[in-house]
Amino acid sequence: MRQFLKDGEHLVRMALLFGLGLLFFVALRAFFVPKGFGELGHFRAAAIADNAARPLMYAGREPCEVCHADVAESRQGSRHAAIACEACHGALAQHADDPARLKPTRPDARKLCVQCHRSEAAKPEKFPQVIPDQHAGTEPCTACHHPHHPEIK
Amino acid sequence: METTRREFLRNTGTLLLLTSSAALAWEAVAAGTPELVPNYRLDQHWWGMAIDIEKCIGCGNCVRACKTENNVPLEPLYFRTWVERYRVLAADLEHPEVDSPNGGFDGFPPHPASPGSKNFFVPKLCNHCAHSPCVQVCPVGATFESPDGVVLVDKTYCLGCRYCVQACPYGCRFIDPRTETVDKCSLCYHRITKGLATACCETCPTGARKLADLKEPKDPIHEFLRTHKVQVLKPQMATGSKMYYNGLDGSVR
Repeated sequence: MRQFLKDGEHLVRMALLFGLGLLFFVALRAFFVPKGFGELGHFRAAAIADNAARPLMYAGREPCEVCHADVAESRQGSRHAAIACEACHGALAQHADDPARLKPTRPDARKLCVQCHRSEAAKPEKFPQVIPDQHAGTEPCTACHHPHHPEIK
Repeated sequence: METTRREFLRNTGTLLLLTSSAALAWEAVAAGTPELVPNYRLDQHWWGMAIDIEKCIGCGNCVRACKTENNVPLEPLYFRTWVERYRVLAADLEHPEVDSPNGGFDGFPPHPASPGSKNFFVPKLCNHCAHSPCVQVCPVGATFESPDGVVLVDKTYCLGCRYCVQACPYGCRFIDPRTETVDKCSLCYHRITKGLATACCETCPTGARKLADLKEPKDPIHEFLRTHKVQVLKPQMATGSKMYYNGLDGSVR
């Protein structure tokens, strides 16, 4: 052994240097690589939970129908029945959490209806479309149609 | 202490083999499947979307809802989803006329009729590719395909180098001017993990966009894929896109 240390001094020195370098690398890596990186792939595993943790703006139709069951019922069988409440009334998760905090405003029917039903070549042919001025003049759409039940009876 | 070359090779070989297999085994043990939302398991979902061009009316509800839900800058050019309007002349199928004023946020001004053309809307968003070019180029692992098939961004880790913006063949990414980090459709990950539809699917009045969980046997997507002739965008790029378009015209890029 003594003979080896004497003859192979340059090897021992190199091994020590190599060990130090390795230690330095491991320390740096531990410092720079964030926690959970590589657990599920080449990314920080907690980033998935970060993405899932953002606040909701749209509540979805179930919370609406808890309080507004009468409206939900009246919309059954309507040509607009499949449309979610918030498609026309806007993002109302805050209203669903606390009705006093955010009051929905009544949508401007003439503007809202026209957004979907204005005649346009790119719309599917079967979709009901009108040229608003020719169809209704300046009358609001709601003079003849109820938005929740748009069919004219 | 004599070591023959043969012994040396055998010993180092065994050592290498043992350490590497131990490291691999440890990685597998450490990984597991963590739960992020109660009752939501990453390995039980595989998200995508069915988009029916024959139902899209270009109302822009999805674009507005997306910006509201995800706090996207309201200025034009920042979109997580947008709608394009196509006009294809029968005489020149290769060069469609495409417009998307403010991404369709304010709807579309009526087009004058053009006889002999076909016209349609194409809603676009991140394709949540299974083999995403954007993920492959990220130098730091700030964007990734989650185990449930959604391409997400780690905002705290993104450098803002814009590599992924250029790599995305669908133009779905942008740099958020407020944070100088990349932003894109997350398929409303905060909603779908809670059992809600994405904001765009929730507010689509005609059902042209439908969120789909391809691992859920009862999801209507399976019926949709069986009964419709669907296509993904740029299939030649083999991105493994999970946005299944019905009625997609060959002129759409």
